[in-house]
Amino acid sequence: MALAKRIIPCLDVKNGQTVKGTNFVNLRQAGDPVELGKAYSEQGADELVYLDITASHEGRKTFTDMVQRVAAEISIPFTVGGGINELADVERLLNAGADKVSVNSAALRRPQLIDDITGHFGSQVCVVAIDAKETEEGWFCYLNGGRIRTERKLFDWAREACDRGAGEILFTSMDHDGVKQGFANEALARLSDELSIPVIASGGAGRKEHFRDAFLLGKSDAALAASVFHFGEIPIPGLKEWLKDEGINVRI
Amino acid sequence: MNVAIVKYNAGNIRSVANALKRLGITPELTDDAERLSKADCVLFPGQGEAGSTMAYLKSRGLDRLICGLKQPVLGICIGQQLLCRHSEESDTECLGVFDVEVKRFQPMRHEDKVPHMGWNTLSGLRGDLFKGFGKDEFVYFVHSYYVPVNPCTSAVTEYIVPFSAALHKDNFYATQFHPEKSGSVGERILKNFLDLAL
Repeated sequence: MALAKRIIPCLDVKNGQTVKGTNFVNLRQAGDPVELGKAYSEQGADELVYLDITASHEGRKTFTDMVQRVAAEISIPFTVGGGINELADVERLLNAGADKVSVNSAALRRPQLIDDITGHFGSQVCVVAIDAKETEEGWFCYLNGGRIRTERKLFDWAREACDRGAGEILFTSMDHDGVKQGFANEALARLSDELSIPVIASGGAGRKEHFRDAFLLGKSDAALAASVFHFGEIPIPGLKEWLKDEGINVRI
Repeated sequence: MNVAIVKYNAGNIRSVANALKRLGITPELTDDAERLSKADCVLFPGQGEAGSTMAYLKSRGLDRLICGLKQPVLGICIGQQLLCRHSEESDTECLGVFDVEVKRFQPMRHEDKVPHMGWNTLSGLRGDLFKGFGKDEFVYFVHSYYVPVNPCTSAVTEYIVPFSAALHKDNFYATQFHPEKSGSVGERILKNFLDLAL
């Protein structure tokens, strides 16, 4: 056996509640991120990602409280992201019990943040999330949840993040995200080939086959998805059994 | 039951306390010699760097104290590595409970990423921690250094090389993986450890 490929549900959290709808049964509160995370954990999710999409200061506090509850109640690793701008944010979230933090725009604006995080807490806590879009001149990185285009090229930035000590790259292809036609496997494979750290595929899951392709064609170490899990379109236990039958090493 | 966790300068100690609470145990986080000595069992968890954590343990006299504990002791992650004789990380003399040298993973192929992070399987299980275990159960790892297979090895995992996922000698137990982050499998390991103190 070897290191298993990971399946990671991603939960968007606003004011302490998950945003995307769910049709999980047997949940006391379907909108409660802790209850939902627990359900995923019991179904066999390998890790969880919680993204804080609250803008306000009070929202931050609510999110930190939620992180503490997740840490208390869930027995698998989890990453938190959204609104992490400085080392103090990282410290607050790790102290609350998060295993890893995911940084995106703040790192792109000030790459030294990656060195600061990994210097203080180690590479293993630092996930660098990259939103990118393919154009005729190649892949470019975007800021602020894909709203602002930068001149940074995807593969250059990913390599720099890796050199600065990032522990993992979470790559979202903006054109694939939400379309449910599969992950950006060509770009994923190139990232995997060029980097010496794990790559998490994000954006595009619509069918079981897409996960297989992200692992086999995209050479990803992990695949992240939101709506197909939240709406119960692809239940995790069935997905993992199917992937295993397809010859992919997953934890069952 | 009186369960103590060694308080020192390693990270991620609280997640072990959380896991014990889920099992109905409220552990005491302490660096007090008497409290540690009197506990029914002691956990020595954490993530960190060998040189600085070892220096901290020595500065508080916790090095001799830990080696002298008579009740069941469970080292986790850096805790397992510090229970060994020496670590390549910062060329550090460690506690020496397990007479073995901690080495850094040397990637052989591009796929061999360091740290070894994620879920991997256990084999060659021996001893009380793995009571009731089946074949190829998955546990969660995050580490760049490893303990080679040796006479105290009680579980083996393959990553680049076969290494000691767990160790056992007398009252000392250790795991390289994180039982506190390994879902229900990890909970069974922690329960088995707590049972030793009954």
